[in-house]
Amino acid sequence: MIKVKDLCKSFGDLDVLKGVNAEFEKGKTNLIIGQSGSGKTVFLKCLLGLIKPNSGVIEYNGKAYKSFSKEEKREISTQMGMVFQGGALFDSMTVGENVVFPLKMLTKMSRKDREKRVDEVLDRVNLGDIHDKLPSEISGGMQKRVSIARAIVNRPNFLFCDEPNSGLDPRTASVIDNLIQEITHEYDITTVINTHDMNSVFEIGENIIYLENGIKAWEGNKDNIYKTDNKKLTDFVYASNLFQKVRITQRRGL
Amino acid sequence: MLINYIKSIGQYFIMIYETFKRMTKTSELRRLILQELDDLIVSSLGIVVFISFFIGAVIAIQTALNFSNPFVPKSLIGFAARQSIILEFAPTFVAIIMAGKVGSYITSSIGTMRVSEQIDALEVMGINSLNYLVFPKIVAMCMFPFVIGISMFVGIIGAYFAGVYGGFLSAEEFLTGLQEDFIPFQVFYAFLKSFIFAFILATVPSFHGYYMRGGSLEVGHAATTSFVWTSVIIIFMNYFITQLLLS
Repeated sequence: MIKVKDLCKSFGDLDVLKGVNAEFEKGKTNLIIGQSGSGKTVFLKCLLGLIKPNSGVIEYNGKAYKSFSKEEKREISTQMGMVFQGGALFDSMTVGENVVFPLKMLTKMSRKDREKRVDEVLDRVNLGDIHDKLPSEISGGMQKRVSIARAIVNRPNFLFCDEPNSGLDPRTASVIDNLIQEITHEYDITTVINTHDMNSVFEIGENIIYLENGIKAWEGNKDNIYKTDNKKLTDFVYASNLFQKVRITQRRGL
Repeated sequence: MLINYIKSIGQYFIMIYETFKRMTKTSELRRLILQELDDLIVSSLGIVVFISFFIGAVIAIQTALNFSNPFVPKSLIGFAARQSIILEFAPTFVAIIMAGKVGSYITSSIGTMRVSEQIDALEVMGINSLNYLVFPKIVAMCMFPFVIGISMFVGIIGAYFAGVYGGFLSAEEFLTGLQEDFIPFQVFYAFLKSFIFAFILATVPSFHGYYMRGGSLEVGHAATTSFVWTSVIIIFMNYFITQLLLS
C-alpha cells in the first residue's frame, strides 16, 4: 500500500502539486486521471523517487520514504516496476536482454533461473517467441507488453504505469489494460496507473483519483464515476459525445 | 548568463563525482567497457589512420616547399614533421577530430536515452545511471593515448612517403632529421595531454547528453553544443598544459 500526505511540488514559481492526499491499495488498479498539465506525471515521478517533492510524505507499506536509510531506499526501488509511456526499452538490447536486465543487475539469480523467469513473464504477456528481436523490430503494442514483462520480472510489490496505452489502437489498448489488471490481481501488487484514456477508466478503474491543477478534485471508482455530480470531473470524463451517451444510458439504468 | 555557466560547471563536477559512486555490477561493467572500447576506440582507428597519414604527408611537402635556402639541411623536413606530429597534430588535432566523431556519438546516444526515458528506467531500477552510462566511456577512453601513438606512427610514415617518394629528400636524410635533437619528455608531454583530452572527450559530451531536455531536435542541438564545448575545452587545456610543462 502507498499513502501520500500533503504532497507539494513546484518548479520555480509554478506550483504543480498543491497538497495532494491519496491512498493506493494493494491488489487494486489505482488510476490517476486528469487533463494534460494537471500534475499526473510529476505525481507519479514523486512516487517513484525520480522527483523530490518540496513537502509532504509518501509512505510505502506504512513507512515514510523520507525516513528510509540509503539501503532501504535501494531495497524499495528493487520492489518497484515501471511501465513508461514510450516503453523505454533499451534500444541496443534484444527483447530477452531487456527483460532479463533487472534480474542481472539487481539479483544474484543463476543464469538458468534468470532464463526460466524471463520465459515465464514473456509467456505471461503472450510474447513467448520474440526473445531475439530488437525493440525496433516489434510493434508498439508488443513494446508495451515487453515493458510490462520487464517491470514484473523482478516480482515487484509496486507497479507504476505512465499512460500505458497511449498511441495504441483501442483493441490493443484494451488488451494492455486487462493484462495490467490481471497481473495486479494475480501477483497481489499495488498498481498505480497514470492515464487520460477513458476506456481504461471504465474498464479497470478500481480506485480513481482525479487531479485538477495539482489538487485532488475527486476520488472514487469506475461504478460511482457515472453518478458523480462533480462538474470538473464530468466535464473531463464526458468531454466526448460517446461517453456522454454511455453516461445517459448508465443513469437510465439501461 | 554567467550564472548559468557557473551552474553548468558546478553540475559537471557533481556529475563526475556521481559517476564514481554506486558502481554497476562488475560482470555488466566489463561488458559495457568492451562495448565502449569497440564503439569509441576501435571504430575511430580507420579515420585517425587515414587523416594522420595524409596530414603527415602534407606537413612534409609544405616544409620541403618552404625550405628554399640551399644551406638549410634537408633533414630538417624529417625533424619538422616529427615535431609537428608528436607535439601538436597527433594529440590535439586528433582529439578535435574525436570530439566530432566520438563526442557527437556520446551526446546523441545518451541524449536519446534521456528523451526516450531509458535513463529514468535505469534510475527506477535503482541503478546509478551515471555510473552505468559514463564510467565505461571514461575507462574506454583511457585507451585514447594508444590511438594517439598510432596517429604519431602513421603520421611520420605519411611524411616519409611524401618526402622520400615525392623526391624532396632521401630516406637517410629523413631518418637523420627524425632522430635529431630528440627529447623523450616531449613524447611524455604528448601522451599526458592526450590522457587529459581523453577524460574531456568522455565526460563533456556525456554531460551535454545526460542533462539535455526536450525532444529529438534538442538531441541534435546538444550534439552540436557538445562538439563546440569539447573543442573549446581541449584547445584551452592544450594551452594550459603546454604552458605548464614546456615553457
